[in-house]
Amino acid sequence: MSLNKSLTISVFSESRAGILHKITTAFSRRKINIISLTVSECEVEGVFRYTIEVEEQEDSIRKLVLQLEKQVEVIKAFYHYENELVSQEIALFKIPISAIAAGKAEKILREHNARVLTLEADYAVIEKTGYRREIMALYQELESMPILEYASSGKVAISKPETDIRSYFNKSVPQHAVIS
Amino acid sequence: MGQLIQEEQSQLIDTGIKMSGARAVLEILLREEVEYIFGYPGGAIMPIYDELMDYQDRLKHILTRHEQGATHAAQGYARTSGKVGVCFATSGPGATNLITGIADAQIDSTPLVCITGQVSAHLLGTDAFQETNIIGISMPVTKWNYQVTSADEIPEVLAKAFYIAQSGRPGPVLIDITKNAQFDTCNFQYKKCLGFRSYIPVPSINDLQVKQAAEAINRSKKPLLLLGQGVLLANAESELKHLIEKADIPTAWTILGLSGLESDHPLNMGMLGMHGNYGPNLLTNECDLLIAVGMRFDDRVTGNLDHYAKQAEVVHIEIDPAEINKNVHADYPVLGDAKAVLEKLIPLVDQNDHNDWKERFKRCRQEEQKKVIEKAMNPTSDQLSMGEVMKWINQYSGGEAIVVTDVGQHQMVACRYAQFRQSKSSITSGGLGTMGFCLPAAIGAKLGSPDQEVVAIIGDGGVQMTIQELGTIMQCEIPIKVVILNNEFLGMVRQWQELFFDKRYSATEMMNPDFVKLAQAYNIQSERVLERDTLDAAVHRLMSSKESYVLEVMVAKENNVFPMVPTGASVSDIILEKPNNYESK
Repeated sequence: MSLNKSLTISVFSESRAGILHKITTAFSRRKINIISLTVSECEVEGVFRYTIEVEEQEDSIRKLVLQLEKQVEVIKAFYHYENELVSQEIALFKIPISAIAAGKAEKILREHNARVLTLEADYAVIEKTGYRREIMALYQELESMPILEYASSGKVAISKPETDIRSYFNKSVPQHAVIS
Repeated sequence: MGQLIQEEQSQLIDTGIKMSGARAVLEILLREEVEYIFGYPGGAIMPIYDELMDYQDRLKHILTRHEQGATHAAQGYARTSGKVGVCFATSGPGATNLITGIADAQIDSTPLVCITGQVSAHLLGTDAFQETNIIGISMPVTKWNYQVTSADEIPEVLAKAFYIAQSGRPGPVLIDITKNAQFDTCNFQYKKCLGFRSYIPVPSINDLQVKQAAEAINRSKKPLLLLGQGVLLANAESELKHLIEKADIPTAWTILGLSGLESDHPLNMGMLGMHGNYGPNLLTNECDLLIAVGMRFDDRVTGNLDHYAKQAEVVHIEIDPAEINKNVHADYPVLGDAKAVLEKLIPLVDQNDHNDWKERFKRCRQEEQKKVIEKAMNPTSDQLSMGEVMKWINQYSGGEAIVVTDVGQHQMVACRYAQFRQSKSSITSGGLGTMGFCLPAAIGAKLGSPDQEVVAIIGDGGVQMTIQELGTIMQCEIPIKVVILNNEFLGMVRQWQELFFDKRYSATEMMNPDFVKLAQAYNIQSERVLERDTLDAAVHRLMSSKESYVLEVMVAKENNVFPMVPTGASVSDIILEKPNNYESK
């Protein structure tokens, strides 16, 4: 039994209501848990990029990616190891204003390259952008403040190898013909 | 004169004429050369059904007795005609009743366009009467689906639906049309879809892959070709025959590949799989090369994958990239349409003969003949066997009939013994194994190939799942020869209970109605056979009848289908008969 690996799947699809469901159904049918999922339009207008993190055996992800590509609106899907990607996540922490006032937070924020987004009467909101491990390191430091609220994005990632999604379009599509 | 007016009208239509969405749907069906619609009306699809009144001369509607029947009939039609099967159903329960047939079509790659009515757009998501999220429900079992909420979308969406259903690896498409979109006016102009950027239905052929596959075939001393439905879907039957005759390759078919080659072709070694023939199963683990054409290595074909053809190299010719290396590693994958690939492959393949290797199949066939086939076809017991019924059907069909089967023991027996001389003549539910498939599928099969006789072979269990379709046969006067092989059991489950569950016959014995009387209630001729003496003449009456006919044959209650690859076993551990002290698992 081979071990699960941390893999990141990138799916490029046309924009249409329901595609997200089609994509996630391919995962749930095979009982593959999605760790994070981020969607945004990519550099090609009308094409959406789904970045999906999983921990799974590579062989089942290789097959899953082919099943994703079978969806007629999916242009292409890839999977990558961590070292093949440049990736970032963003996390927001709400901590009590007293922690800032007491001077406990300043050093931590400097050391972690985090910044204060807002200061209110009762609380402050801190932002940290980086790898997940960097966010988790900050989390541990702020835990004693304590953290009143915490939210983090999924991973956004760009692959290091050059990929032009336009090169995967069906180039042999003829012009529409009017039929009688 | 009438025709002239019609031509003028259709020209007007194509330059953009205002019409209701409902009428646009029917105009599109005409342009997609649809002959038959299988369906069932209801509230949310009434505008389309209303328009249908004016199209009855050009679009024939078959009113099935249940929406599931409509999908299976459309499947039968699609499989014998090679065209798209079209279904209509209303929203809510009408739509959900389509799901079994759609799932069946998805796993067996059958092109369908199912059009469902939906509540008006402003009621979506309000739990309105007969509202259901059929897009969400059908998404995992359709090749594509789409909800239309305005009339203007109808031409483009339906053009895409027909294109997607039949291009590449075919499959079912569901289009849900809200009631307001059916009523509203659109500016109708129809353009047939010829492709779009995110979808590559047929991968282009890599010549190097073809060359490497040819070299592997030329090197092989013991090749075995596996003929799947991809050959039939690509209309590649003659290319396949050319290849196997040139290179002298023994060939076995999957259950959906049945009839892709004449049954009595000297290189046809029979059926793969759990109840397939002895030779192709046993020798899968002796061949040096497997050449899979348009098949997907289903678990019923491979048995235990850890012991499947490990000694052999594998050539896999396949249109769907997701099938390559899914279950069995392909040493020489060739992506593409089977016909196009075979056309390129044949000139690169050497003339060859594999007489010693073919002799192995022949000896296996002799052993199977003695231990299994003879017993099945000419039983010594007083009780009738399913096999001997097939013997007489073959006798009177001459292999020219379409054989439609349901799911279970009778299916395995019919698929093992039915003789085929024409392609696309075996219609069965392979991947999903849908009981109730046969009777409605037979209706569609007959409409798709009206010059062939259609014999529907059904068990007493399966026939009762869709028996109401006798009403469709009656009303539409579609001549079907129905053979009910009645063993008063859910026979395949009972066989497993006998072999693997200590003969604990949990919920498998059936008390049945009088099928003869039931058929008569539908005004369909029928008779029952209890004894061997009367079987031949009864099958003759069935086969020579010009009208529909129901023949019920009381067969042995507790016969088993052999050979059998027990679940979890290797294909080469196929058993020809029940071992004396078979260990239950």
